[in-house]
Amino acid sequence: MILLIIIGMSLATMIPRIIPAFIVDKLQFKGWVNRWLNAIPYAALGALIFPGIMTVKEGEPHIGLLGGLVAIGLAYIGLNVIIVVIGAIATVFLLTAVI
Amino acid sequence: METVDTEKQKSSQALRMIKSGIAVGFPIMLGYLPIAITYGVLAKQAGMTLTELTLMSVMVFAGASQFMGANMIAVGAGALEIIIATFVLNFRHFVMSLSFMNRLRDIGLNWKAPLSLGLTDETFAVSSLHTKEAKMEKGALFYTALILTAYTSWVLGSVLGGVLGDVIPESLSQSMGIALYAMFIGLLVPSVKKEIRVGLIAIIAMLINAICAQFMSTGWAIVIGTVLGGFCGIFILKEDE
Repeated sequence: MILLIIIGMSLATMIPRIIPAFIVDKLQFKGWVNRWLNAIPYAALGALIFPGIMTVKEGEPHIGLLGGLVAIGLAYIGLNVIIVVIGAIATVFLLTAVI
Repeated sequence: METVDTEKQKSSQALRMIKSGIAVGFPIMLGYLPIAITYGVLAKQAGMTLTELTLMSVMVFAGASQFMGANMIAVGAGALEIIIATFVLNFRHFVMSLSFMNRLRDIGLNWKAPLSLGLTDETFAVSSLHTKEAKMEKGALFYTALILTAYTSWVLGSVLGGVLGDVIPESLSQSMGIALYAMFIGLLVPSVKKEIRVGLIAIIAMLINAICAQFMSTGWAIVIGTVLGGFCGIFILKEDE
């Protein structure tokens, strides 16, 4: 039964991912479609960050938001993504475990 | 001699691409490991065997869906219900893949098709901000290395979680929950610094997502936020960016 679920989930995630590989081989897009597709990464990043970041600690949205602010600060001064990630983890850890 | 030289050049270019793909994929690994371990722990508690939970990571490779799947298995939901929920939650990957594959037009379908299967929120975000490799020689290897770095850490992390059980103290694993968000921020901020209009697109997508999340599932809210936020980009972005 679980195996059936896994196979079904696999198809449900594979099909939407692979179809575009064939689409772009068949079609040429107009300028505005290309601009739309080029904007997708930034829109996706926005939608993935917020409001999800507020659920890092259940019932305490400020924890995630503060971790996010630290990440923005570290990224803004030009630090590597890894440092940004570690800095945010440390912030949330200090906020939840220590305080 | 000449052919030997070009052979050498080719293989060193390939190696360079693989190395930089792994380097760029490293932050994803950092974000995935704790989450994959948590998934392994949860899936085990949900009553899945080590083989099943590992197989799910190998075949599905989609974090949010796997957490949801494990939860739904635990509460005894039906197979069809779980599969449909997975489709809804992961439909955003269709839009992301369309954007990613459009960038990879110069790369053959024999590379594009397998690469598309390795697309996740994180591999998409990182790959999309490294677009120049798509035009470079052996560029496909860059994306392959990046995706395999992420994939390996996801699968290994799952196994680790399944084997070790609840090893990470809760306060630490909870703190790790910020990792992927921080990575997304770490990717977005430099782009915004370079081109402020990009930040406007992200903020519009955030707001649309937040509004939609009030009355629909997370999966659809992210899809609509991404698609409509991207539409604003048609007017906000210049032709070439």
